[in-house]
Amino acid sequence: MAVSFDPMRGGIIPASDRLSEEGVGPSAIGESRGDIQSPPQGGRSAVTSALAKAVPAVLAFALLLTAWELYARLGGIAPTMLPAPSRVLQQAWENRAALAENALPTIRATLAGFACSLLAAFILSALVDFLAPLRRALLPLLIASQTLPLVAIAPLVVLWFGFGLLPKILLVALVTFFPMMVALVEGYAATEKEIAQMLAAMGAGRWRIFRLARLPSALPYFFAGLRISITYAVVGAIFAEYAGAAKGLGIYMLSAKNNFRPDLVLAAVAVSSVLTLALFGLAVLVQQIAMPWENARSGKAGREARSDPSAQDRP
Amino acid sequence: MTRLELRDVRKSFGALEVLAGVSLDVGAGEFVSILGPSGAGKSTLFQLLTGALKGEGSMRFDGAPLDDHGARFAFMPQRDALMPWRRVIDNATLGLEVQGLSRRAARQRVAPLFAGFGLAGFERAWPAELSGGMRQRAALLRTVVQQRDMLLLDEPFGALDALTRAAMQRWLETMWQGNRWTALLITHDVREAVLLSDRIYVLSARPARVVSEVAVPLPRPRTESAALAREAAAIEAGILDTLLGQPIPISRSSDGELK
Repeated sequence: MAVSFDPMRGGIIPASDRLSEEGVGPSAIGESRGDIQSPPQGGRSAVTSALAKAVPAVLAFALLLTAWELYARLGGIAPTMLPAPSRVLQQAWENRAALAENALPTIRATLAGFACSLLAAFILSALVDFLAPLRRALLPLLIASQTLPLVAIAPLVVLWFGFGLLPKILLVALVTFFPMMVALVEGYAATEKEIAQMLAAMGAGRWRIFRLARLPSALPYFFAGLRISITYAVVGAIFAEYAGAAKGLGIYMLSAKNNFRPDLVLAAVAVSSVLTLALFGLAVLVQQIAMPWENARSGKAGREARSDPSAQDRP
Repeated sequence: MTRLELRDVRKSFGALEVLAGVSLDVGAGEFVSILGPSGAGKSTLFQLLTGALKGEGSMRFDGAPLDDHGARFAFMPQRDALMPWRRVIDNATLGLEVQGLSRRAARQRVAPLFAGFGLAGFERAWPAELSGGMRQRAALLRTVVQQRDMLLLDEPFGALDALTRAAMQRWLETMWQGNRWTALLITHDVREAVLLSDRIYVLSARPARVVSEVAVPLPRPRTESAALAREAAAIEAGILDTLLGQPIPISRSSDGELK
């Protein structure tokens, strides 16, 4: 299968997220007589290598925090202007009850909004896949929806729908829906032509072909879109709260700012970052569980060799 | 007994004429090849047979007009078209599942065949873990378990390296001898056609028509003796002459420059 991310135009997938090129297409899986192939076995110490890969990132992050800390302490800057990371951490701990209390509504809005957006993306993308006129009608509209400046829209949505959960859900859905929708539509289109032809020759109808071929073909694209949009989700919720809410990280940041407490603003920012990272990690985990064949593909290279059982008994 | 009978089958895409009247027959238990240059419209012919396209002319199967396309043919597309998200055994059962068998029943029917296809022990592997030749054998397994009247093989070994291709051709001949499938093979590999076929239809470049029909009366298996190899080589040379006598897609203009 040629799952290549090249068709994902618009560059919404960072290069590091793309599948490795090796072993992607059938032609990449070469064979010679007495080829070395083996059935699946347990992966090597993937954890160790993952940790080793994380070292540079951790070092860079630590370096940044240290520089910030030194600058804030030795530069003679007032903590009301630029608090040191240590102060942010200490204040975050002291205000942990308030932070937790405000993080909860944000999490709720994020998850509810994201769930709605996910559901809508699946249903609409499938509809659009079956009905070409609908695709031509809807896609320009969806692209237009991405041109709306959130700063202007958020207060209006709050004005129309009040201070409750609904405007937050709508805003989270607005910012997260598009990447997933586009990823799904392009993923369906990336279905290998031969597979669709073969299924049709087997007597499968359109729905069957969609379920057996187009939907699974779209999975890698979908998860790429999911990883993008999940990083927007928390930010979307905070924006909605910023525009008006009783509780939430957004409104907490706003009031901290108005009270000249940049340390608490930054503490809330840290909480929202951790939330986003956790959601991102969750998305990666779900992807690995949902697409076990991708692991088989990347694990292939380093595995212990065993010969193709039929190679020996050939003349 | 003639099973498939095509008479003057034609197909055009707008102004582009692809098939200009192809007539051929395939008998029961016969292995027939369609040999032609790339882009001659060989795959279009298969799409007409599987019902993916509509053309003109008469297509009959067992004497009756061909209308229920899917029930007659098991189609093996170019490249293997294995689904990377299904394990090998679930790829093999695909056709049976589409026919309405439960996954369990389909697996039970397919599992005993894995050894014969050189895939024993790989039932639970992902296609990405197989070599190119094994993928082709899995694809052929998926095709034959559908138990249709006739196999349509569209350049099944085109994507393989030369050595693997030769091994697969020998293997396919052995399998065919054991099973006597009625098969129609598309290829542009003259040697492959001669090695595998009882008869060969040689097509012209587009628009395709049958330029010659070559019987291959060699005993099987065809890879054993040197004398056989000489006879096969003579047939190959004859076919190549026929093919290269045709105008081929890349031609030279009178002043010798590539068009």
